[in-house]
Amino acid sequence: MVADLVFYLFAAVTVAAALGVITSRNQVHSVLFLILAFFTTAGLFVLLKAEFLAALLVIVYMGAVAVLFLFVVMMLDVDFESLRAGVKEHLPMGLFVGAVILAEFAFILSGVHVDEAVQTNAANIPNTQLIGQVLYTKYLFPFEIASLVLLVALIGAVVLTLRKRKDAKRQHIPSQIARTRDEAVELVKVAPGQGA
Amino acid sequence: MPVQMPDINLVTMLPEILIAILGLVLLLMSAGQDAERGRKVNAMALAGVIAAAALTVVTANGSSFGGFFVVDPFARAMKLLMLLATGMVLYMSMEYMRDQKFDGGEYQVMTLMALLGGMIMASAGDFVVLYMGLELMSLSIYVLAAWRRDDVRSNEAGLKYFVLGSMASGFLLYGISLIYGTTGTTLFTGVATALSHGHISTATIMGVVMVLAGMSFKVAAAPFHMWAPDVYEGAPTSVTAFMAVLPKIAAFAAIFRVLLIAFPALQSHWNPLLQLLAVASLAVGAIAAIGQTNIKRMLAYSSIGHVGFILLGLTAHTGLGYQSVVAYLAIYIFMSVGAFAIILLLNKAGVGDEIEDYKGLGHKRPMLALLMALFMFSMAGIPPLAGFMGKLYVFMAAVQSGMMMLAVAGVLFSAIGAFYYLRIVKFMYFDQPAEGAFGMELDFSARAILTVTGVVMLVWGLFPGALLSWSGASVKMFQ
Repeated sequence: MVADLVFYLFAAVTVAAALGVITSRNQVHSVLFLILAFFTTAGLFVLLKAEFLAALLVIVYMGAVAVLFLFVVMMLDVDFESLRAGVKEHLPMGLFVGAVILAEFAFILSGVHVDEAVQTNAANIPNTQLIGQVLYTKYLFPFEIASLVLLVALIGAVVLTLRKRKDAKRQHIPSQIARTRDEAVELVKVAPGQGA
Repeated sequence: MPVQMPDINLVTMLPEILIAILGLVLLLMSAGQDAERGRKVNAMALAGVIAAAALTVVTANGSSFGGFFVVDPFARAMKLLMLLATGMVLYMSMEYMRDQKFDGGEYQVMTLMALLGGMIMASAGDFVVLYMGLELMSLSIYVLAAWRRDDVRSNEAGLKYFVLGSMASGFLLYGISLIYGTTGTTLFTGVATALSHGHISTATIMGVVMVLAGMSFKVAAAPFHMWAPDVYEGAPTSVTAFMAVLPKIAAFAAIFRVLLIAFPALQSHWNPLLQLLAVASLAVGAIAAIGQTNIKRMLAYSSIGHVGFILLGLTAHTGLGYQSVVAYLAIYIFMSVGAFAIILLLNKAGVGDEIEDYKGLGHKRPMLALLMALFMFSMAGIPPLAGFMGKLYVFMAAVQSGMMMLAVAGVLFSAIGAFYYLRIVKFMYFDQPAEGAFGMELDFSARAILTVTGVVMLVWGLFPGALLSWSGASVKMFQ
């Protein structure tokens, strides 16, 4: 009973926040609504006993992704009015695609048939522990590939943005080490009264 | 619960391990200040690819990580094709990369990582591994497409490919999650067992459709082809040549594995979809290419048409059909690499990508024009070239399975498509060249690649026996 109430509360706030994301005029408000939607979705995951996903959502999406969005919105000078310009023309198409996807969801849900055998977490082990048990054993291979995927993303980001500027000040260590006293220090004989 | 390690059988994964380590070593090398590092990295990358190909040939059948990674004759054949394609593209782009200042070494690292992703896809025995391989390959190619970062069109190509590719990955993942949700496993063989007995729910079928949509995007089958012409046109030519071959082999290998190993029980559901994709791709490939003035865009549409033929062979579902798919892929690689080698060569000499720019090539450089005509005739499917053999076997498979209508459609679109291939030949031979055009030097690598691909076109067209027995052996396991 209480769980039902909590579910409807979280669900209602999620939907309202999602609407807020696409309707608010101020884009900073949009991002804040998005964070709210992430948070209430995390609540829904807790209700589903998927506490690991809930934690991931809070840490990764709210903590990192949303903050990144905020940075982009506030630091880059994106003209959001011009982005919004074509909405009226594209609205019917958007609504149509949305309706199709909604219909597909309904179609899928109407025919869902979950085998008893599929629900394997009978031992009531917390799912964080379950994931921990398989991530570095059963799923070691995909995990290793994920490390390469991240490496590729890293190289890509550097390669596509690093610019070798001519006027950049650069440290050249060999020439620093090769410096001798002769070229670095000059002794000047200053006559009394002639200094300054 | 005690911790259980899966059976790790590293010997079966040696080619992949070699490519991965090589990529990391080359990354370290490219961080150096050595001005000649591009040349060294390229030589090492090539040597590594050849070594990996040799390892692939000798690797025994087997599986690793509890069936996540599978080596069988089909995986070996696909990996060999990928290694061959990557090796040829790397070799022929060497001079071009130096001209374009791509020779920092990271370019080769990205190429090797894309190759690794493709090889993992060909050996995947599990949806999670398939997805990770796909991402590794795609992410590397997104970056490669945007490599010329001061060029707006290259940036556009990379960004467009990235945004649309992420969407396709989303579809694929959603499909995988539906399949996992209804069958309780991501292992291909496990999914097949779960589906073989008992109720098949709507959600599973939706999952298959979404996975198929995601893979169709990667091979650029119509109607998921919209990105291809823009990306092919905008990306640097060496990258276009690479992405015309590698992702297609990898994605077709994955389609084979998913459909024939995980979902044989749902064949009545996915086969009509494949037929639809095949006919749509044939139509787009033949008709949309006619109006193109840019040769890279034209080859993009041409590759969509070739994908249609390959899908047609797949829908036949006979030993001959699968065999024709592998043979067609092999022929396609050589045709495509040969044609792009010439474009690359002309690009280097300052010749643009417009078809008009090829005016009079036959008068100035008869050998080059002859080879280009050879590749174009082969793509159009004119005997006695290899492209004809590929199409012939696809049609034979289609007719054998009673798909008369599809075979007729294929022949019809093939005839329409011949027009734009022949138009290039017309420009090369029947128009006068501009003053001082086509004065480039032919370096050794260009000569070697053009000789090999040209000879292959003729040999496989006249004596297709070896190709057919090889491709037949590689798909025996699916019958």
